[in-house]
Amino acid sequence: MWMWVVHRVTGVAIFFFLLIHVLDTALVRVSPEAYNEVIGSYKTPLYGLVEAGLVAAILLHAFNGLRIIAVDHSTWALRHQKQLVWAVWILFAILMVGFLPRHLMHVFGGA
Amino acid sequence: MTASSPEFVPGPKIKEPRIVSGRVRPGAEQWSWRFMRLSGPVLVVLILTHLFVNLMTGDGISQIDFAFVAGKWAAPLWQWWDFLMLALAMLHGGNGMRLLINDYAHRAWLNKTLHGALGVAVLGIIVLGSLVIWTFDPCPIDADPSLLPSFCEDVR
Ligand code: HEM
Ligand code: HEM
Repeated sequence: MWMWVVHRVTGVAIFFFLLIHVLDTALVRVSPEAYNEVIGSYKTPLYGLVEAGLVAAILLHAFNGLRIIAVDHSTWALRHQKQLVWAVWILFAILMVGFLPRHLMHVFGGA
Repeated sequence: MTASSPEFVPGPKIKEPRIVSGRVRPGAEQWSWRFMRLSGPVLVVLILTHLFVNLMTGDGISQIDFAFVAGKWAAPLWQWWDFLMLALAMLHGGNGMRLLINDYAHRAWLNKTLHGALGVAVLGIIVLGSLVIWTFDPCPIDADPSLLPSFCEDVR
């Protein structure tokens, strides 16, 4: 039940992000200045945290999506539902631990 | 205990559909279901690679500017990569949003309006994004040379 809510909320969030993301990338067709200016604002601390949230949403939706597919296709996965939900969260935690320090260093360390 | 006691209800209770679409397309929902499950694993590879290359390698988010994009799209691999990611993600996300509209927008006119807006948004973004990828000019003539990728010097 909870994973269902997580899956819906992250899916919608990613969808709206993607609309904006294609629009901002389209600025490369306007001018290098326009693109660099808008992307520049994505390097500020506030956006740095938003990006971390986005990556978290993607990872959760992706791994949980794979879990849903597995459960739909194999009775083994169906029987091991609980363990697979744990696997989603553990894989998520491992990748976030790898990602966060590096990303936050880029955002806050001025690198 | 009898089968009518609450503990013995097998499986989730499924109510009648709350809205009737009025359209009958046999198999359409089955294709929708299949598409979500086929596009999912492909999107995992496409998007996680996109995020890794753009956020983890080099200087991460700090490296991203016009020259960075020009450098990537100089290679057909990344053009096709982004194109596939664009189309699959928008169709997958758009189809997901369609399911949500059917779940939550019960009034007929609202349901119709939202589906219309969704269709326009999905198509518009796929067309715009594709144009951006395939008409991209890494060395605009009137641009400040310091903002361009280094290979533009040979082009002039
Ligand atoms: C990273 C790889 C992804 C995987 C493995 C994945 C997997 C899935 C699966 C299997 C479903 C169907 C759930 C069901 O039928 O119950 C789904 C639903 C959905 N996905 Fe994804 N997805 C991915 C990426 C995305 C992206 C990029 C977006 C947005 C652009 C997105 C938005 C949605 C939405 C809105 C739903 C509908 C949610 C619902 O009906 O509850 N997904 N996803
Ligand atoms: C904070 C995280 C992200 C950053 C910094 C980022 C950055 C970029 C950059 C610099 C480009 C230009 C071309 C390239 O590098 O390949 C791009 C294009 C693109 N990105 Fe992302 N991206 C992020 C997340 C995502 C996510 C989560 C998705 C998918 C749901 C996505 C989908 C796309 C697509 C489809 C394009 C092509 C756009 C077009 O056709 O104009 N990106 N992104």
